[in-house]
Amino acid sequence: MSIFVITYFGLLIGVSCLAAYYEKRSAFLMLFSLTLVSFVLGIVGGTGALRSVAIGAGMLAFAAGVSFAFREFLVAITPPKLAKEIKTAPLTASFGMFVIFTYAIAGIFAPWIAPYGESEVISSAFAPADANMLLGADQLGRDMFSRIIYGARNTVGLALLATMAAFFMGATAGLLAAVKGGWFDQFMGRFADVIMSIPSLIFALLMLSIFGPDITVIIIAVAIIYAPRVFRLTRAVAGNVVVMDYIEAAKLRGEKDGYLIRKEILPNSTAPLVAEFGLEFCFVFLLVAGLSFLGLGIQPPTADWGSMVRENATLISFGEITPLIPAAAIALLTVAVNFVVDWMLFRSSGLKEQ
Amino acid sequence: MGDIASLIFKRLGYGLITLLVISIIIFFMVELLPGDIAQAVLGQGATEENLAALREEMGLNKPAVVRYLEWLSGAVVGNFGESIVTGERVSSVITERFINTLFLAAYAAVIAVPFAITLGVIVALLRNTVFDRVANVLTLTSISSPEFFLGYILILYLSVKAQMFPAIASLSADMTFLELLHRTFLPALTLVLVVTAHMMRMTRAAIINLLASPYIEMARLKGTPPWKVIVKHALPNAWAPIINVVALNLAYLITGVVLVEVVFVYPGIGQSLVDAVSKRDFPVVQACCLIFAATFILLNLAADVGAILTNPRLRHPK
Repeated sequence: MSIFVITYFGLLIGVSCLAAYYEKRSAFLMLFSLTLVSFVLGIVGGTGALRSVAIGAGMLAFAAGVSFAFREFLVAITPPKLAKEIKTAPLTASFGMFVIFTYAIAGIFAPWIAPYGESEVISSAFAPADANMLLGADQLGRDMFSRIIYGARNTVGLALLATMAAFFMGATAGLLAAVKGGWFDQFMGRFADVIMSIPSLIFALLMLSIFGPDITVIIIAVAIIYAPRVFRLTRAVAGNVVVMDYIEAAKLRGEKDGYLIRKEILPNSTAPLVAEFGLEFCFVFLLVAGLSFLGLGIQPPTADWGSMVRENATLISFGEITPLIPAAAIALLTVAVNFVVDWMLFRSSGLKEQ
Repeated sequence: MGDIASLIFKRLGYGLITLLVISIIIFFMVELLPGDIAQAVLGQGATEENLAALREEMGLNKPAVVRYLEWLSGAVVGNFGESIVTGERVSSVITERFINTLFLAAYAAVIAVPFAITLGVIVALLRNTVFDRVANVLTLTSISSPEFFLGYILILYLSVKAQMFPAIASLSADMTFLELLHRTFLPALTLVLVVTAHMMRMTRAAIINLLASPYIEMARLKGTPPWKVIVKHALPNAWAPIINVVALNLAYLITGVVLVEVVFVYPGIGQSLVDAVSKRDFPVVQACCLIFAATFILLNLAADVGAILTNPRLRHPK
């Protein structure tokens, strides 16, 4: 029994007793089950396992602290009306916002933040980390850290563009279908059904094999694949608005379809559409990352997270975690967007699951 | 009974039409190539004679509709023509790999389905407690991670550091079944992690939806014990959503399998698809896409048919 193990269990049991005393039921349940799990983990994995649990808990606490501070910061700098909304955000949502904010900064100011250029060869292949290179060099001797920063611009930028293309196509078609109805509505609906019954990655691979891996092709392919999902949602949301009396009134006034869509339908269906944009972005981002992992996305030497994982994968067999960092960057952003979307869905639709 | 049968037939017919439309898309998409397949194979420097000879050999001089019908009638009996790159028959390359892929997917499904449904029901019953929140965050993280991220983490910890499982899932003919399971454990586990998260969330949503219905509240109010509420009142109606969840996620497995096969160098059909795409071997790409799409549609069809068959309202017509 080392001092670490004794402090570990002492702290856990002490804090769970405190939680029980002050009748914080959920905190107590979590802490005590963590204690029980730790007993098993300690027996199976030894001190090392407990140490990683402690590190994990420390990181969680740190993330919670950062998100809390970031939420307070947002509350302080936004106008009172928005601040009131942000105050109700759960910690997960403000963590998500913080991550998105960081990525945006990294992407926009990449050339100033990154110490080296994205395709600048500065040392030998797979050189270990030193004072110059935070994360070491990649398979051609380029600085990993700089490439990750540039990746925030390239990978996220591509996914964002593709999502916007998909969203524009899907939302326009959906709104038109809702307003026009009739054969147009029927046709678009069937068309969306067919596209959605092809697995997205497979469809993307088919298109890339024909038109070659090129950024425009990727954007168009993603737009075609994901537009039907946006179409369905927009059609459903707008369909509920179209039957309202005020639309009828506007139609009797002789307003055109364009006016109906812009002035009457869109303002009344923004909330679900914004949430859908976030969700679509996650799907698109994962698809684009998967494609570039397969070597069919953004082509070298442009820095891109998916292909960076693939190119440096050999390092994993030496027990290095560097190739996992770009992959973790992908996962972190997707989680962050999901957290924010969760909160927005909850807030906008009043969707309170029991 | 006639009602159910006609519903199912309608659904099957609809699935068949979808598959037909998809085969048209897959075939005619290649026709959109700038130039044609012969041009793409031989490249820019090809002479007119060479192009003409290759067009003759590949039958490109016939009208597209005729070639489509020939391709489709071949595909129905498993004949997808010959690979442009190697000249081998596509079917002989793909068949074995497709079986490997099905094995991997089945391996993952056998672990994931019972596990995910049990967990999903438990989380639904414990909703809004700490466990539910923790499960929510964990499953969300798992869903948000690209498959290759999970795959490499598993390789790093279970293969490189702990040396429990091989990192590369190569297969050979003389392996025993246990050896096979051991060899393919990591790719299967990666798929299990992704699919379990999806399935748990969907099961949870379906069960919570169900528990909110008035007849469950009625059963509770009249004093039925909780286990009886679940077994007698909730479960018969829960089968449809649960079958739906399972089939949808198996369909999801079909896509996830491509990336996982590449990470673990597993000799499956996803790997051949990726290879064929980078070599622009169109007959192989078309064949793989058709097989993936057909499996996807079949599973979605199974979900719908299962939902129809287990719907108590349809089984006991008034």
